[in-house]
Amino acid sequence: MTDGALAIETHGLTKRFGSQLAVNQLDIAVPSGSVFGFLGPNGSGKTTTIRMLLGLASATSGEIRMLGSAMPQSLQSVLPRVGALVEGPAIYPFLSGRANLARLDSADRFASSRTRTARVDAALDRVGLTHAARKKAHAYSLGMKQRLGIANALLTPRDLLILDEPTNGLDPQGTREMRNLIRSLAAEGTTVFVSSHLLAEIEQTCSHVAVMSAGRLVAQGTLDDLRAEGVTRVEVRTPDLDLAREVLARWGLQSQPGPIDSSLTAALTTSVPVEQLSEALVIAGVRLRGFTAEGASLEDRFVALTGEGFDVAE
Amino acid sequence: MSQSDTRRNLGLALLGSEITIVFRRRRNQAMLLALAAVPILIAVAVRLSSNTSGRGPAFLASISENGLFVALTALTVSIPLFLPLTVGVVAGDTIAGEANLGTLRYLLISPAGRLRLLLVKYAGAAAFCLAATAIVVIAGVAIGAALFPVRPVTLLSGDTIDGAEYAVRCLLLIAYVSMSMLGLSAIGLFLSTLTTVPVGAMAATIVLSAASQILDVLPQLAWLHPWLFSHYWLGIADLLTSPISFDSFQSNALLQLGYIAVFGTLAYGRFATKDVLS
Ligand SMILES: Nc1ncnc2c1ncn2[C@@H]1O[C@H](COP(=O)(O)OP(=O)(O)O)[C@@H](O)[C@H]1O
Ligand SMILES: [Mg+2]
Repeated sequence: MTDGALAIETHGLTKRFGSQLAVNQLDIAVPSGSVFGFLGPNGSGKTTTIRMLLGLASATSGEIRMLGSAMPQSLQSVLPRVGALVEGPAIYPFLSGRANLARLDSADRFASSRTRTARVDAALDRVGLTHAARKKAHAYSLGMKQRLGIANALLTPRDLLILDEPTNGLDPQGTREMRNLIRSLAAEGTTVFVSSHLLAEIEQTCSHVAVMSAGRLVAQGTLDDLRAEGVTRVEVRTPDLDLAREVLARWGLQSQPGPIDSSLTAALTTSVPVEQLSEALVIAGVRLRGFTAEGASLEDRFVALTGEGFDVAE
Repeated sequence: MSQSDTRRNLGLALLGSEITIVFRRRRNQAMLLALAAVPILIAVAVRLSSNTSGRGPAFLASISENGLFVALTALTVSIPLFLPLTVGVVAGDTIAGEANLGTLRYLLISPAGRLRLLLVKYAGAAAFCLAATAIVVIAGVAIGAALFPVRPVTLLSGDTIDGAEYAVRCLLLIAYVSMSMLGLSAIGLFLSTLTTVPVGAMAATIVLSAASQILDVLPQLAWLHPWLFSHYWLGIADLLTSPISFDSFQSNALLQLGYIAVFGTLAYGRFATKDVLS
């Protein structure tokens, strides 16, 4: 895969359930090799998007390209290269963990029957289920089922992993192992697309992020982009207060006296790139003693983007 | 990269896996055992009762004279109810059962392919039809031989056949009756694509099998009878004449094929475009 290629690309992707738009005009671009966080509160359309990517649900309108091929036309040739966990794991309760994996692996026509046992055991080992491999899956705890679901996604080497809320039901230990697993898979060159409603999850593992709210994409970019966009005010410390005030005004920013005598603060009303602001100040000859971009935390930013309420979006 | 270069195989592994699962499920094993119990119960009941002249299904009276009739009696008793019941459970479970477990989405993203999955599921149900019929016949032959005298069999036509030819007739019976269940299985497969609640598809399939048999005895609907999938179910007597009459066999095969074609197409039409949201 060439650098700069996109592992997943959607244009105007829309899914309507009756009168409700579960996914509304979604344009996402997942760079190859990235760990892409797909963030949004419950009911914001993450799982529905993933179902459309994987051909489980048809889009009402819009286009999808995955690993360079149009979907769902190329489903049968693309899906063997994609491992996925969708809306939690699913098991055959009457089969052992190992037999569960063998069953799902047998559905993949590209997966060799000859290497099946070895691959199943390797996948079980990778998620730490080797000791419970022979146990009937109905006796698995929620976290063990989740691990089995991840193992299923890892049965063959994949170019893309799509993991829908992979840490649901995992204990803190398991959550950490999951983060490490994602990192190690990414290091092997697998693109990882991981959805979550928890910012902390995404923040710790992802290079890129897209934020969903009520079916719409409200932000997308690298994690650093999102942090930069979250800056709400700047504080300038300088003896050249008048000049600084003038420069800020040129950017349409109202400045107030800052917390100390030789300082100014200005609220960022529109999205002014902070680095350009500092550059402008320096070019104008403002002698800076300090320049602080005060972030709303990423969490504040997330809440600002997706809404405060606890109610599930309808 | 990784997988796309390796050649795709025939995909028989999924068929093997499906058949294994059908026969390893406790529920299905229990149903097969219950079917095996039918001839055993009949044989034991006849053996224990000295008076065999009472009313009962055809061939019942003949059992005490010839153990080979146990299989035939058991089959006749099972065809209207027990057999369609078990077949309805397995066929109704095909897609809806996977949807209910959530494993349907994982099979599809594996990717199993929707048409291939339907075919494999139907093959699994058909294998069950065969096993269900065979177990009734085999258990019947075995218990009949154990409890009653086995002599050359006098057929309905009055001719007498020996053991070897009787074995051939048993195989024909198995073929005929399991084939009879294929149309019902196709209906079950279709109903199974409509819901994520397997019990619903199972119940609907079983209800349809009863409805078809009821309609088949209403003289006012005589025009409809040849189109009912259960119409030839009890036509097994044809296989016990000499020479064998294959009329019912042919008509039945054609009818069942028709049902497979229609409901197979409906199932595919529904399943190929269905959103899998479970
Ligand atoms: N099968 C369905 N029928 C009707 N509405 C649905 C269905 N599945 C999801 N939705 C709706 O679509 C919206 C998005 O759901 P989902 O994609 O599951 O959200 P998320 O995964 O982000 O929590 C929700 O409002 C949900 O009610
Ligand atoms: Mg979800």
